[in-house]
Amino acid sequence: MWLFDKDLWIEIFHTLGKNMFRTFLTMLGVIFAMIILVLLLGSANGMSNGFNKLFAGTASNSLFVWGQSTSEPYKGFERGRRIRYKLEDADILKRQIPEIEVLAPRIELASHRGTVSVYRNGQTSGSAVYGDYPEIDNITKKKLVEGRFLNQTDIEDSKKVCVIGEETYKLLFEKGEKAIGEEIRINGVYFSVVGIYKPNNNINIDGENAVFIPFSTFQKAFNSGDRMGWMAIAVEENTPVPFVEAQIKSILKAKYDIHPDDERAIGSFDMSEIFNNITGFTMVLKGFSFFVGIFTLLAGVIAISNILLITVKERTQEIGVRRALGATPVIVKRQIVVEAIVLTAFAGLVGFAIAVGILSILNAMFGSGDDFPFVKPMISVPQFVVSFILMVGLSVLIGLLPANRAVKIKPIDALREE
Amino acid sequence: MIEIKDLHKSYKMGSNSLHVLKGINFKVEEGELVAIMGSSGSGKSTLLNILGMLDGADSGEYTLDGVPIKNLSETKAAQYRNKFLGFIFQSFNLINYKSALENVALPLYYQKVPRKERQEKAMQYLERVGLKPWAGHLPSELSGGQKQRVAIARAMAAEPKVLLADEPTGALDSKTSYEVMDLIQKINDDGNTILVVTHEEDIAHMCKRIVHLKDGVIVEDKKVEQVRAGQYV
Repeated sequence: MWLFDKDLWIEIFHTLGKNMFRTFLTMLGVIFAMIILVLLLGSANGMSNGFNKLFAGTASNSLFVWGQSTSEPYKGFERGRRIRYKLEDADILKRQIPEIEVLAPRIELASHRGTVSVYRNGQTSGSAVYGDYPEIDNITKKKLVEGRFLNQTDIEDSKKVCVIGEETYKLLFEKGEKAIGEEIRINGVYFSVVGIYKPNNNINIDGENAVFIPFSTFQKAFNSGDRMGWMAIAVEENTPVPFVEAQIKSILKAKYDIHPDDERAIGSFDMSEIFNNITGFTMVLKGFSFFVGIFTLLAGVIAISNILLITVKERTQEIGVRRALGATPVIVKRQIVVEAIVLTAFAGLVGFAIAVGILSILNAMFGSGDDFPFVKPMISVPQFVVSFILMVGLSVLIGLLPANRAVKIKPIDALREE
Repeated sequence: MIEIKDLHKSYKMGSNSLHVLKGINFKVEEGELVAIMGSSGSGKSTLLNILGMLDGADSGEYTLDGVPIKNLSETKAAQYRNKFLGFIFQSFNLINYKSALENVALPLYYQKVPRKERQEKAMQYLERVGLKPWAGHLPSELSGGQKQRVAIARAMAAEPKVLLADEPTGALDSKTSYEVMDLIQKINDDGNTILVVTHEEDIAHMCKRIVHLKDGVIVEDKKVEQVRAGQYV
């Protein structure tokens, strides 16, 4: 196998090495092209990572369903009837729709998005108060600064405990004051604080000024019976959310005698839509970067081909001598094509190294992703492999151009040219 | 060793055709040292190119060491050149970024001789032309005579059947020319067949046989008393 022929490589490196300046000039184009390709791809990856970080902790394939008022009269009911779900609905839906992974029922004190007064030691905050199941943490993850989130025992024993938001903590406690174990009062009932969460820096559905108490405790303390405010639902990964959404709505519509065409009676919000939009955006961005990068690379490789063409002209006499001494056309071709490959591959690696250096600096400067979705801008291994193979493949094709030119030179013409 | 029968060659020059070789018949035995003489345009370079398989004839037969040379592909021609022929050019045609040793080793590289053996053999031939101490030098660091000696060593390295020298002394002063001819004579003394194209009378008389070409035909083919170049050196 000629690829492992040591003499060929010695010959190639010798030829390239003895013509350093020419070699360097030839490589410049590919070096820059590779830098551009890697920077573009790396930045696109960085943005993609940044968005992912932004949404970390929120189950992307999920939806929220709550009750609103009917907009159509149906079965003797007037329009404008308020829809109130019952806790049993959660079980009915889970049973009937196997695609539902997690269903966390929730109930709110006061109306939707409303607030109630929370007291402690004469301080007051107007906070949202939710009765929740621990499962909600699988859908919208809370970042706890202190303590813990609600758990199953809290539900079973209807413990009077609560998890509060950082904003609520600030309103009810002095700065630096210990909150865990302290009691706060809501509608005359005392709850002891077991955890404090902080804003996630991501989609915040619940807000930062909120109090979470166990669902069962809520039922007893505020006498809500079997009412349920809304449901957070995580759907199996491969099932489209709208599919499940439609099933939920038709079940609920039948149960609560809602007109089948009534669009307003059941409120819902599909999280996956946002995710899909953003994923689509970063995909397009990556695809575009790759496209631009590859064409830049093509331009760089063509530059190599050009210089090799000039070189072949310059080396006419040398090639003539080699052929007179017994170099077959295949050998001459191979030498020039391998020169093209070596030049491209080496230039590509140099460009890659430089670009990775630049990306590391960018990462150190902006990579935290706190105020800008730009995290770990780096090219992935498959991306690198694909662009490298493409580049070398192109260089073979394009090396053939000067190689064929070199073979077309007749040895006598080459030797006559002085 | 070389046998040519009724060789014709013409070149197209626009709409005209230039008939350069008009039926050459010619035979060279092993161990001969033949000078091909003629003024420019006589066809001597064309003849040498055809003998060197750098160019093809239009018609006629050419046999080299019993092998008919006809309708060769580029690849086959290159292999035959490598196997049968050694070239010595007027302008030396050394590869300028390779050292003397590497230049001499080049035909062996194309013969796929292993690197170490190649280097040793090349060194032997450099020693034979008296340039062993110059092995590591680039052609630009050598004098004209030295360059031609490197070229001769290179032509010899592949141990060809025939050495073809195209005006080997054309670019050299007379003293250096005689040195080079002395070397060529010595190589011939060892039994090598050599063809020298030249237009210089004194150089031609240092060969053993002179073939005169004029307007594409051989006008004279005679054996001569060889003048030894060594006496002038």
